Amino acid sequence: MASTPEESQNIIERFGPHPAYSSGARLQTGIEPDDLVDTHCCFCGQQCGIRLKVKDNEVIGFEPREDFPFNQGMLCPKGVKRYLQGSHPDRLVSAYERDPSAEGGFRPIAYDRAIERVASEIKRIQDAYGPDSFAILSGASLTTEKAYLMGKFARVCLKTANIDYNGRLCMVSAAVGNKKAFGIDRAANPWSDILKTEVVWISGANVAECAPITTNYVWQAREHGAKIIVVDPRITPLARTCDLFLPVKPGRDVALFNGILHLMIENDWLDHDFIEKHTVGFEAVAEHVKEWTPRRTAQVTGISERAIRQAAEWWGEAKTSFLLHARGIEHHSHGVQNVLGAINMVLASGRIGRPYCGYATITGQGNGQGGREHGQKCDQLPGARDISNPEHRAYVAEVWGVQPDDLPGAGVDAYEIIRKADSGEIRGLLSICFNPKVSLPDNNFVTRVLDKLEFFVAIDFFLNETAHHADIILPGSLHEEDEGIVTQIEGRVIKINKAVDPPGDARQDWRIIQDIAHCLGRERGFQFTRPREIFDELRQASRGGIADYSGITYEKIEKQGGVFWPCPDEDHPGTPRLFEEGSWNPIAKGAGPFYFPDGKARFNVAPYTPPAEDVDEDYPIILTTGRVVSQFLSGTQTRRIGPLVDQYPEPLVEMHPHLAERLGIADGDWTTIESRRGDCTLRAHVVSTIRPDTVFIPYHWAGRKSANQLTISAQDPISKIPEYKVCAVRVKRRNGE
Amino acid sequence: MSVPENMEFFIDPARCIGCQACVQACSECDTHKGHSMIHLEYVDRAHSVQTAPVVCMHCDSPTCAEVCPADAIKRTEDGVVQTARKPRCIACNNCVLACPFGVPKMKTDFKLMMKCDMCYDRTSAGKKPMCATVCPSQALFFGTREQIERLRPRSTPNNRFWFGAQTITTKVNMMVPKTAQAQYIDVTAAMSERAIGKEITLNILTDAMYTGEEE
Repeated sequence: MASTPEESQNIIERFGPHPAYSSGARLQTGIEPDDLVDTHCCFCGQQCGIRLKVKDNEVIGFEPREDFPFNQGMLCPKGVKRYLQGSHPDRLVSAYERDPSAEGGFRPIAYDRAIERVASEIKRIQDAYGPDSFAILSGASLTTEKAYLMGKFARVCLKTANIDYNGRLCMVSAAVGNKKAFGIDRAANPWSDILKTEVVWISGANVAECAPITTNYVWQAREHGAKIIVVDPRITPLARTCDLFLPVKPGRDVALFNGILHLMIENDWLDHDFIEKHTVGFEAVAEHVKEWTPRRTAQVTGISERAIRQAAEWWGEAKTSFLLHARGIEHHSHGVQNVLGAINMVLASGRIGRPYCGYATITGQGNGQGGREHGQKCDQLPGARDISNPEHRAYVAEVWGVQPDDLPGAGVDAYEIIRKADSGEIRGLLSICFNPKVSLPDNNFVTRVLDKLEFFVAIDFFLNETAHHADIILPGSLHEEDEGIVTQIEGRVIKINKAVDPPGDARQDWRIIQDIAHCLGRERGFQFTRPREIFDELRQASRGGIADYSGITYEKIEKQGGVFWPCPDEDHPGTPRLFEEGSWNPIAKGAGPFYFPDGKARFNVAPYTPPAEDVDEDYPIILTTGRVVSQFLSGTQTRRIGPLVDQYPEPLVEMHPHLAERLGIADGDWTTIESRRGDCTLRAHVVSTIRPDTVFIPYHWAGRKSANQLTISAQDPISKIPEYKVCAVRVKRRNGE
Repeated sequence: MSVPENMEFFIDPARCIGCQACVQACSECDTHKGHSMIHLEYVDRAHSVQTAPVVCMHCDSPTCAEVCPADAIKRTEDGVVQTARKPRCIACNNCVLACPFGVPKMKTDFKLMMKCDMCYDRTSAGKKPMCATVCPSQALFFGTREQIERLRPRSTPNNRFWFGAQTITTKVNMMVPKTAQAQYIDVTAAMSERAIGKEITLNILTDAMYTGEEE
């Protein structure tokens, strides 16, 4: 049975997180590197170009890479210090087996022995309880080749339906909304379209901290006269100097979008030609938003009527515009409705599919886009195909050399995998690139479930907190130890290049997966010798799908500075801007610009529903969660990089002085935040840059500092994204102080 | 090797997002590896997220050099004021106290004043300084005057500062709104005034919140 083998403190002493700082060659001046490797940052979805300096198989520093068009040398603090994740004292350099008597609770074992144990446990569990009893949790920081292989491994090798990935916590509401409205899930425009637009609307996106490079695009638009509208419960760094700030109450975004559309209709700020020619469903949406008068919108959203009217006027009268949103509107039990509401505003304006007329979700994870296209989602096959569609199954089965009937059907989402492990339907788990003990909501429940698993194997380069519960740990590869493609925020496919070899027994993740397949005696289809071969099969598997990569090659990526998908043949330059007249579209086939048979975009009625857990007498304050600029996701990497730890060492609970005064809390006081699921004690950060009815905690930390002890596991019924952005809490000074 | 005459440094605090990419990148510069020379401060975090980055302004007549009893601080012909020279610096702190912009840092471990040298190893070799290269908001910008005029039509560079009776002209420019039509920036004028950030930011939030009153 998998469980935490001994006191967490001993594990932390042995495996970290220990903060690493520059030393040795990294601190010396005038060192000539052996090699300079052009690649990308390992963190967020922007995938900034960076040049790594390599000396003696160690990344010793970086040079800004001004030739990559997206960031032109710019980097955030995480990108600057990313190189410190290499040669790290916490790095896993051998396989480990759980052993309560060993130092830190795990003892090193031979890699082959570990693979044998994994294979035999998979076999034992699947023989006893059926193929679906063994599940896989994967991640969107993997290269697309690895993500593709994980999907294939689940369906072809393990024949389990139950694979899902941590993009479930990230981009899925946007993905569903985009597919419902446009028939395709990708940023509609390259970021260069932000530069000369008249209005930039940013909803629920802390651009400066979570997508810092995008800041320069927004500021450059402003230099040319654009008005910047920011919708957020907090005055984020970008909101500080925006033209209009709408301090929305968490969980009420779709009400605002409906209210704006109401005013667009009332004032006839509509593109009737576009609506007529290129959309369906406007009438029903128009009818629905009739009730969203400015007064009602103000009452629900907590934004003044005057500000709502001003925003509608600027949005309504603009000739060009770019709407951006991120997790702020997506992390909700009605995240898809929020996204559809935003898209309705865009469609009614007719401002899409043209230069400087844009719409995009700001993808969060490094390969948030590519990682959600090629089959590691529970209901998806490569090429953004649908695992329940017989034609799609037949096509992919042929590429994989199996019978369509042999492919499992749709599995369940990542949180449901945890619930099924709780109920005993799932008995074994393989996780890679995912730290659910920190990143899933209500993570005290997640911790209890991890202890119930009969067998748990984790592949990682550091021992993340979830892996504390593992029976076997396999040492995987860092970003700079492998090559492959990822698709960044704009839909641009780019190439990660290898800078150094994995240390010790660590190896590239795709090799580990193939080793397990071999040991199970099911090596057919898992005999790739390098990522390029996986990529070539992926191209084939994606051919004819919406996410068509078949015309993309490593060489073309190099030559063009990235290739925007879809790219259906090798002579095709790629598609930077979607929905342009005449652009390639395998669904509409010339009928129109959108990815439906009639070529028309869909308006969708987007009803408002309150958050799953609204405030009440017992829990009267809204908790919202998010990120800080110096940390990334569950912190497995960034909590091990000293200069980033120093920049923001531990989570603070942010609250408005009015609230703090009412609660008798001063800046810096230890403060206990309690929800129905858990509690957490942090220092207060009293700032007037947040709504007085809301507190904010960043979620990057583990254990007793973890914000996700408090959050609720309510999920959107369609996208299954959890509601990280709003739940009810009570707040008080720590007892006795 | 020297810094090309047409390449200038521009600071625009209105763009700054406080991310500290500059601070982190500064410590990667080969001339002072492991030590960051940039100052990045919140103006008044309780009431605003506003931050202000300060690099060495590289004065035409550097006060730090003028007050140095050991003649340890040199301004090269290309206008860059260099870090104190190790063999000469006596760690007396005169420069730290005298610099009107608060730039020099006394590194007591090495008994040496260190400061931003505009990444001299990079800028004198045709590259941009680390901070201005990585800055995600381009609040720190290194380029030509033509570039900044094209990219920032709403602002104008200013490099004259008043500190009481002292006027200082610098190699580094501060971007100010064109509407301000500032001939110089009087740095000491506001020193005794209460920070005004509080009222401004409170209004951004509360003015735009629904209060239930008729509008």
